[in-house]
Amino acid sequence: MNILKFFTAGSVDDGKSTLIGRLLYDTDSILADQLEALQSSNRKNDDGTIDLAILTDGLRAEREQGITIDVAYKYFQTEKRKFIIADTPGHIQYTRNMVTGASTANLAIILIDARNGVVEQTIRHSYLVSLLGIKHIVVAVNKMDMMDYSETVFSAIKEKYKALALNLGLKDVTYIPVSALKGDNIVQPSANMDWYEGESLLHFLEKVDTDLQDKTTQARMPVQWVIRPQTDELHDYRGYAGRVLSGTFKVNDNVTVLPAGTSSTISKIEFFENELDQALAGQSVTIHLKDNIDISRGDTLVNSSALPMESKLIEADLCWMDGRALDPSIMYLIQHNSKTTKCKINEILYKVDINTLEKHAADEFKLNDIGRVIIKTADALAFDLYGDNRANGSAILIDSRTNLTVGALMFRASVE
Amino acid sequence: MSEYNFDYLDELEAEAIHILREVAGQFEKPALLFSGGKDSITLVRLAEKAFRPGKFPFPLVHIDTGHNFEETIEYRDEMVARIGEKLIIGSVQKSIDEGKVIEQTGKNASRNALQTVTLLDTILENKFDACIGGARRDEEKARAKERIFSVRDEFGQWDPKRQRPELWNIYNGKIHKGENVRVFPISNWTELDVWNYIRRENIALPSIYFAHQRDCITRNGQLMAASPFLNMDSDDIVESKKVRFRTVGDMSCTAAVESDADLIDDIIQEISDSKISERGARMDDKVSEAAMEDRKKGGYF
Repeated sequence: MNILKFFTAGSVDDGKSTLIGRLLYDTDSILADQLEALQSSNRKNDDGTIDLAILTDGLRAEREQGITIDVAYKYFQTEKRKFIIADTPGHIQYTRNMVTGASTANLAIILIDARNGVVEQTIRHSYLVSLLGIKHIVVAVNKMDMMDYSETVFSAIKEKYKALALNLGLKDVTYIPVSALKGDNIVQPSANMDWYEGESLLHFLEKVDTDLQDKTTQARMPVQWVIRPQTDELHDYRGYAGRVLSGTFKVNDNVTVLPAGTSSTISKIEFFENELDQALAGQSVTIHLKDNIDISRGDTLVNSSALPMESKLIEADLCWMDGRALDPSIMYLIQHNSKTTKCKINEILYKVDINTLEKHAADEFKLNDIGRVIIKTADALAFDLYGDNRANGSAILIDSRTNLTVGALMFRASVE
Repeated sequence: MSEYNFDYLDELEAEAIHILREVAGQFEKPALLFSGGKDSITLVRLAEKAFRPGKFPFPLVHIDTGHNFEETIEYRDEMVARIGEKLIIGSVQKSIDEGKVIEQTGKNASRNALQTVTLLDTILENKFDACIGGARRDEEKARAKERIFSVRDEFGQWDPKRQRPELWNIYNGKIHKGENVRVFPISNWTELDVWNYIRRENIALPSIYFAHQRDCITRNGQLMAASPFLNMDSDDIVESKKVRFRTVGDMSCTAAVESDADLIDDIIQEISDSKISERGARMDDKVSEAAMEDRKKGGYF
């Protein structure tokens, strides 16, 4: 059994919270006391049934306003898989929350209201999915019950979306007609749409491949911490602790330490009390090298045969996440895995209108703005392109005046 | 990649270890909040995996309400001796004696709310800049929205509307003087995940997690352990029942469930079949629909 992390893109009006509530409800993931609280709540659907959306509306302000304003994480499990849902708000003023939820997901459910079809919001959400490099996309056409479960309606929406997917370069798209309210094709196949031959949403989620996306030769491990017991018996022990971002490290592999550029050979890989032959993407391990070289937090171990880019000048997509606009005249901090260094935004190449996907020149960057910039860092970063290696191709910007995370960066090219 | 057998517990474990090492790398004076409950016991195990053969780069901190199950305290002291790490105790009794908090009265009196003051004082006194806790997002809907690195102001308050975006696996631990960060490495674990991990790792737990005979009374529809810490009166009928506890809080706010599960496999089976959530056995969440959100805003764990 493994884990699938997915996020849902849509608005309250599309029935997003109802969809998640339905997944939880129909997989028996709602416990009796939660159900009791749900039943005693005074929010009901028009026909008097329980409003499943309440399950995901966590914060008081959200309950009062009836909207989702933050990312809420929900968990459920079937016999086949553990699922982590990032429930994100769909409204344009919460674009940053959606980017946050999408950043850790390997599948996105794009919710389309069958009554409205592909709308501005669909374009925006699909653009964000492509920007964040999410591999699998499910287009769930919801509220089919309100359109008489019509195949024609579904097919027309599918055709329209295909054009959008092509434009955005989204390759792996699956289309499912559903009614979250009535439960059609969520867990059980729908009896109301016998023209649909595909699987229910849950069955699809259970079997979609979740192999770590970075099936690559680029072995990368940022050093988080150096383990040095300095006891009598472990006097010379020096282990580099970190989580393998991508690729595989094996004992006897030649590795390079960046940014120093020094090379050595892996003498031992440890995980707690065990010695391993290899460490794979996703594993947290401790690596030992044959040579005694100076390595500390912020350095990255990489395999010498597939070096990353190294640069102080990087072209990147930026999503701005703070109420205070980007100020090109000040220094920010950039955090790239375990490395933090100063940086400046050298140039704004363009901004994207995320409703129309048009690019235009800009000299300011405000909350929820997305576009392409050139960033200049104080220390060189050892990175890969986001499209090849999500984990080593992403970073955050921190405003050192407020310490807030103000930007999400996806590296697209080295400028030097 | 055929031998790549990295299952969901391995993935959750690797994520938690990564988070613990980020705490070590980013903060000057972190601490691990240890309650004696299964979640913080799991954290200790994860810390061993993250830092051995080195020492933990943080002490354990126990906020002692004085209303503990004695089994928990015995377990705590044995464990600390076994792992050889430092333990700091913050005492709610001391906060009461110093007049910083006032003991609640009435039938549902509990020291649960008072812990917050003692916790904040302990943080201040030791200048902790990060406190690692065992909270999970599946416990409660306010927690479902909390970040893994959750910044608190100098009054310990959580502001759910001003949370930092938390992207990929990058955790921003930058804070101003006086602020601190609560860190939740097992955010993405469910109750069942924790139990499955405890079974897999063969981790010992305080005996109150397993079915045992105990004198109980029924309060607000829930079974409470009869103890001097509970304000009992003649309406309360003491009955001996076979029970176990699903969470470990202090004796005045942690409800028992009737159970025959005295082995971990039975407990896992029971939880899988169960229709009552874990926090359903916490009277402290029952006050209002927004109870947890309010307590977290005030500095609670």
